[in-house]
Amino acid sequence: MTTETCAPTPALLALLRACDGSIEPRSQGAEARVYDVQLSGVECVAKQRFAKTYRLRELDERLTRSRLSAEARTMVRARKLGVLAPHVVHVDAKESCVYMERIRGCALKEALRSGETTREDLRRFGEEIGVAVAKLHDGGIIHGDLTTSNLMVRDEDGRVVVIDFGLSYPSKLPEDKGVDLYVLERAITAAHPSQTVLFDDILAAYKKTSQMWCSTLNRFAEVRARGRKRSMVG
Amino acid sequence: MAPSDERACTRALGLEGSANKIGVGVVRSDGTIESNPRETYVTPPGSGFLPNDTARHHRARVVDLVRKALREAGVTMGEIDVVAYTRGPGMGAPLTAVAACARTLAGLYDKPMVGVNHCVAHIEMGRLVTGCDDPVILYASGGNTQVIAYNERRYRIFGETIDIAVGNMLDRFARVCGLSNDPAPGYNIEQEAKKGKKFVEGPYGVKGMDVNLSGILTFYKTYAEENLGKGEVTVADLCFSMQETVFSMLVEITERAMAHVNAKDVMIVGGVGCNLRLQEMMAIMARERGGKLYGLDENGRMDDRFCIDNGAMIAHTGLIQYLNGETTPIEETECTQRFRTDEVLVTWRDKAGTKRTAEGSPAAS
Repeated sequence: MTTETCAPTPALLALLRACDGSIEPRSQGAEARVYDVQLSGVECVAKQRFAKTYRLRELDERLTRSRLSAEARTMVRARKLGVLAPHVVHVDAKESCVYMERIRGCALKEALRSGETTREDLRRFGEEIGVAVAKLHDGGIIHGDLTTSNLMVRDEDGRVVVIDFGLSYPSKLPEDKGVDLYVLERAITAAHPSQTVLFDDILAAYKKTSQMWCSTLNRFAEVRARGRKRSMVG
Repeated sequence: MAPSDERACTRALGLEGSANKIGVGVVRSDGTIESNPRETYVTPPGSGFLPNDTARHHRARVVDLVRKALREAGVTMGEIDVVAYTRGPGMGAPLTAVAACARTLAGLYDKPMVGVNHCVAHIEMGRLVTGCDDPVILYASGGNTQVIAYNERRYRIFGETIDIAVGNMLDRFARVCGLSNDPAPGYNIEQEAKKGKKFVEGPYGVKGMDVNLSGILTFYKTYAEENLGKGEVTVADLCFSMQETVFSMLVEITERAMAHVNAKDVMIVGGVGCNLRLQEMMAIMARERGGKLYGLDENGRMDDRFCIDNGAMIAHTGLIQYLNGETTPIEETECTQRFRTDEVLVTWRDKAGTKRTAEGSPAAS
């Protein structure tokens, strides 16, 4: 990693200093860095999106802007729908930075791979995820990037928190909801092939919770079939 | 692979003809590619290749190509240990035409046969040629668009197109623009794109680790039909805009998959991998992650042997399967248009995934 892409911008640096933030990012994802900060004594993280240099600049700027606002907006709406998501504290559009509540815990991916999850844990995770996704969908929100990296298991009570809403968008179409579930299914089957029962539990909970489960799950079955039966003809 | 006495090596003949290319290759078990001739069925501008015409082309060319492959390798059919052929996925008619030839050869010379998955063959050829053991793979071709990583005995598909393949999309756009199919429509789009100046913003279809491509094709197609010839936008501008958008999406989902499995290295296989702009973008992404794009030769170009369909990749993969005790009885040597990458049980690699997953990564919020 070049130090240039790793360093916070001067404006963020000033902010980090002002609020006791660490200058070293706590983690670096594919398109953002996350810093620990304190805002009015509350533990927060600052998530700053950085430019992807492989992309054409104007395309990159547009994507960064729209994802920043999608993320902040959806987190607020998700919480209103009763979904566990980080609390948004502040958005700095100029710095492409969103400040939010810090969730202490680990990614669901790590929890699943630790080998310490029991069938009972899986059932509970599945139930919580299914309910959360159903609430989002019924509220007209598509997460857009449901993977086991974007679900966290909170330390304090072991509950699942939905994070990373950068690819989210509003939609009520069964097609979009179906694709959202399909993305999640594939994230689980590809990364955790021996724990796919988790997805069955998610679907069961989704079906129980969502008012529109019928049209969504029908479309989901179609999306799935499209993937499996796609003739790979050029 | 341990290179040894040439005569101690097993040797496979591989036949590939799942799309518009017909290729025959001879490969030795020490990894030496002894020959790999190939021909492409090229159609006039504005048209694509249809299954029956393509099969006719392959039938007419396959015998000469087998002779050529054996001659270039300096071997006879007697020195071949196994005949490998593409079982799928691909177009039905060309696949069956080539399989018929493979069956005939195996019958005439009393050789065992092995059916090979075309996608797995691209991957195995890439691993052989680059020496990269465990990369995340972007498989981008006329028929497939998948992001693949190895995990628990299968090449798992982490992301893919939810509608059409990227090469198919480029081919169809080339037809709209009236670009030539020689040597390949995608190549001609790439050349046009270099001259493009104006970026026409279209939709951007990333869905998690999947991409949505047909909507983008529709957008640029409609835009082309309505605006070309008015003097404000050129074919070059549209090729440039579409290419930038689509390749950004592919690199982005590849990076997502890499972040998800904690991988650093990446490889591109399939015909679209020949595109230099895609390679450039992928290389930048990999470098910024502290990894590397494998498969570029000394001139910084992707290697034909695993990018474009060819016979050697089928021979090589068939040989690995054969050496692991797998043969396909003649009555089961059918073809299938639909044969997913993750249907193949990978018997020849360690269970793995362990190397990567053991490390873990700090939770991102």
